[in-house]
Amino acid sequence: MKVDYAAKIPNNVNLAEDRQLTRALESWQPKYLAWWNQLGPKDFANNEVFLRTAVDVGQEGWANFGYVTMPEYRWGIFLAEPKPDRRISFGEHIGQPVWNEVPGEYRFDLRRLIAVQGDTEPASVEQQRHLGKTAPSLYDLRNLFQVNVEEGRHLWAMVYLLHRYFGKDGREEADALLERHSGDPDRPRLLGAFNEPTPDWLSFYLFTYFTDRDGKFQLHALTESAFDPLARTTQFMLKEEAHHMFVGATGVARVIQRTAELMKEHDTDDIRQYGGINLSIIQKYLNFHYSITLDLFGGDTSSNAANYYASGLKGRYHESERQDDHRLLNSTYKAEAVTDGHIDSIEVPTITALNQILQDDFIADCQNGVDRWNRILSEAGITTKLYLPHRGFNRQVGIFADYHITPEGVICSDEEWELKKSEWLPTPDDRSFVASLMVPVREPGKMASWLAPPATGIANKPIDYIYVKL
Amino acid sequence: MLDVVHLPARGRRGTLVDTLLAPNVSTDRPEPHDLPVESPSGSVTLLDRSISFRTHPERYRHWKLTIDGRVATLALDVDEDSPIARGYELKLNSYDLGVDIELRDAILRLRFEHPEVGAVVIASAKDKVFCSGANIQMLASSNHSFKVNFCKFTNETRNQIEEASHYSGQHYLCAVGGTAAGGGYELALATDYIILVDDSSAAVSLPEVPLLGVLPGTGGLTRLVDKRKVRRDIADVVATKIEGTRGRKALEWGLVDEIVPKSAFSSKVHEVATRLADSSPRPKDVRGISLPDPEPEIYPNSVIYPYVRADIDRSSRTATITISAPKDSGPVDPESIAEAGPSWWPLAMVSQLDDLILWLRFNEATIGTFLMKTRGEPAVVDSIERTMWTYRDNWLVNEVISWIRSTLRRLETSSRSLIALVDEGSCFVGTLAEVAFACDRIYMLTGLSDGETPLSSGHSSDLPTIRLTPANFGPLTMDNGLTRLESRFLKDPDHVSELAEYMYKAIDAVEADELGLVTFALDEIDWDDEIRLVVEERASFSPDALTAMEANLRFCGPETVTTKIFGRLSAWQNWVFQRPNATGPQGALRSYGTGIRPSFEHIRT
Repeated sequence: MKVDYAAKIPNNVNLAEDRQLTRALESWQPKYLAWWNQLGPKDFANNEVFLRTAVDVGQEGWANFGYVTMPEYRWGIFLAEPKPDRRISFGEHIGQPVWNEVPGEYRFDLRRLIAVQGDTEPASVEQQRHLGKTAPSLYDLRNLFQVNVEEGRHLWAMVYLLHRYFGKDGREEADALLERHSGDPDRPRLLGAFNEPTPDWLSFYLFTYFTDRDGKFQLHALTESAFDPLARTTQFMLKEEAHHMFVGATGVARVIQRTAELMKEHDTDDIRQYGGINLSIIQKYLNFHYSITLDLFGGDTSSNAANYYASGLKGRYHESERQDDHRLLNSTYKAEAVTDGHIDSIEVPTITALNQILQDDFIADCQNGVDRWNRILSEAGITTKLYLPHRGFNRQVGIFADYHITPEGVICSDEEWELKKSEWLPTPDDRSFVASLMVPVREPGKMASWLAPPATGIANKPIDYIYVKL
Repeated sequence: MLDVVHLPARGRRGTLVDTLLAPNVSTDRPEPHDLPVESPSGSVTLLDRSISFRTHPERYRHWKLTIDGRVATLALDVDEDSPIARGYELKLNSYDLGVDIELRDAILRLRFEHPEVGAVVIASAKDKVFCSGANIQMLASSNHSFKVNFCKFTNETRNQIEEASHYSGQHYLCAVGGTAAGGGYELALATDYIILVDDSSAAVSLPEVPLLGVLPGTGGLTRLVDKRKVRRDIADVVATKIEGTRGRKALEWGLVDEIVPKSAFSSKVHEVATRLADSSPRPKDVRGISLPDPEPEIYPNSVIYPYVRADIDRSSRTATITISAPKDSGPVDPESIAEAGPSWWPLAMVSQLDDLILWLRFNEATIGTFLMKTRGEPAVVDSIERTMWTYRDNWLVNEVISWIRSTLRRLETSSRSLIALVDEGSCFVGTLAEVAFACDRIYMLTGLSDGETPLSSGHSSDLPTIRLTPANFGPLTMDNGLTRLESRFLKDPDHVSELAEYMYKAIDAVEADELGLVTFALDEIDWDDEIRLVVEERASFSPDALTAMEANLRFCGPETVTTKIFGRLSAWQNWVFQRPNATGPQGALRSYGTGIRPSFEHIRT
């Protein structure tokens, strides 16, 4: 069957004339659609959704709004415009021209980086597939779907790289991205956080705030890559990722806003009976999502990360703005470690601490959001503050994984952990309470009881716009 | 100039001495060693403490041994904070010598202590990773001698897995529930059956060449093409593919025997293990015996076990290893053998000899010549031999024979000059004669030069003899698959059959010389001088040339997977280990994980 892929797939990679790529996508695209229909958003395949579609990389092109059903969405392939004479900005090839083909010696490492990044994209679509049923407003339902189709596009972006630059192995890897499924006991996704369910909208907002923010930092590190197609692809992805984090940041803010209103109105911390979510429950959800997201950064000291950096494959966040030699062979970094039963900092070679450095940048960025949320509380006259738990809290990966650490950063015994766990992490009761609030609201402009309306609509439309035609 | 380093007293802390010198050192969590490193002068830097190979499941730090009826499970759960030496962490189920010492112990224990176990499952207790092979930081930071010794020991341990299956019918199944990289996959290759989880991420891989600039030297390359008979071009792809091979393709290429989805994995492993156990000939209803603990006393120049001792002469870099027979021959049937258990002489002796060889290999690298002696009444050994070979089909006797076989093989791959001294008071009978046949040369004492006068002690019964038993005609094969006599008389196989006529007869030096059983028959006048000369001569030669020469001469005849592993794979590996492209300052092994890319000399040699 001949399909005009260039028309169906908006792109700036000259798809129509690339036989190798066309052939690869001809085989992959039907598998992708089958996957979307099977594991993408449940039940809304025939509804028109007011979505943004990228049709070009320029100012005009990347944000085209209009109604479309999701299976008909035009998942495109875009690379940011090339920078003329771009040079490698770190590692041992520093100063040399960037690569437009994969160097043989880095084939494996690059493929691995792309496969791991690619694996997260469809994973979150799978994790969020049931949320449409309980959307707290049409506005939120639309945002969910926007996030979903763009995660789908990010998968396309990674698959494009695999197909275009990695030959037969790349095609197999691209197929494997559709074979692993979130939470599938047989073929789970590669990273832990992407196998956790996203059962409710509070989780969704925190996921998009924290876990998609990990994505932001990983993508930023890849935009520095000496492999130019990867750098340019991820630059473009960051524009969309920003929207996902906006959904998370404003989503949490709106929950907090509503909670503050109910607390004031009823003059109590426990607003569950009034259909709101207590701050303590929000804090526990925050603790959970933040801690499992920290796990995504990998081992705190990592020879893989060191190799990626030395080879020029993956840099640091804002690499070129940093004032150092961009080789890191002789510098050290103060990294947190557990020594003699307490948390301390030790000097480690910077190049092996890159995961932790990226994590530090991530943590600082997360704190900004928490500060904004706390302003909502203080403006409402509420003294309780939300906080980020210590980085060692509830970790499954890295140096803290062997210890129980309180949110304050104190190592505690198994007994104490068991005793206090319910104060720090969502309990089954908390989860079922939040689940009980998840009743769909489908009247345009209306919001669920636990959620404040957004400040503005999408693309200058009013808040009561019909974002999804039901 | 050879740099003979005498151990300072504080450096000689083994077990007994350890306790004597450092009574306050707690033994439940041993202090790690310093890895022997390359010092600038090229001399050997010694461990601050000797390495012991004795352990017990209660003290395992890295393996969990559980037994459920006929199936045992050995789950690898490496404690990353318990390396045997300082300076590295055992991440991702990577192993070092300490991990492998426990594995060897477990393999031996399963054979002796659990006759009922018909199948052993090797698995990982860690999610997502089966085993990521030998620890790279450990390899990169240790000196050549330690690397070679480490690889040799791990190779022997893998061989013992195959021997357990072949000789004892205790079959091994490998449950690869997560990624098996390098030595991790090589461990799997040593088992009878490999099940890989098919989850689109777990892979089996041999990434040594592309990642580390060395070989999969723990049998990997050999077993791929010789044992599993993977096509050579596919093996070439596998051995250069860093990311390894997953699921269907791994099955298609013959890298694993079965692939199973994650949810069905443990039930499948159980099912296959049960099937393997059911097909095992091991007895279901007998009790095992406890594995002997060799318990050496360690002194600056001696290591002493009840039946075996080594006495070191540092000036000639020689150890005299003396194996003693017991006073009386002990058990005469399987019941009494089982009752004697670990104290039955052949078992006690071999456990001590095996431990001693390992001890000398790792702790006395400069002692290059072993003089092999025996002491005791030949009649006593004769009687034990008769019992042993009469009941060779008994499960326990069979296990003892197997351990003797692998210990003799270990002796032959120890990179030491081996010289047997069949002198006054010796008892080279059967198994002990086999120790002599394992040697590069055999010196035997005749009477006085006139050939008639008895020895100075005046008793003709003290005239040294050699006695052949069934031990010398089949069960104790070398790595090349031949008996030592078959290897010795490669040109004349009929001669071996003729020798069978001499079974259990005392053969004196003159006759032994005529039969080609000894290298030199010397009389008392010449003896001391000749022995002194050969020892001094040996000590003056290049140790490297000797090791290489002896290895080439010992294993004549056919090739087997084992001879290829020790003779070809290891030899190449040891060459690669010496090359700057692996271990030079910018070599791949040294630079792995530092963030600095290796830089190679591009000369093909």
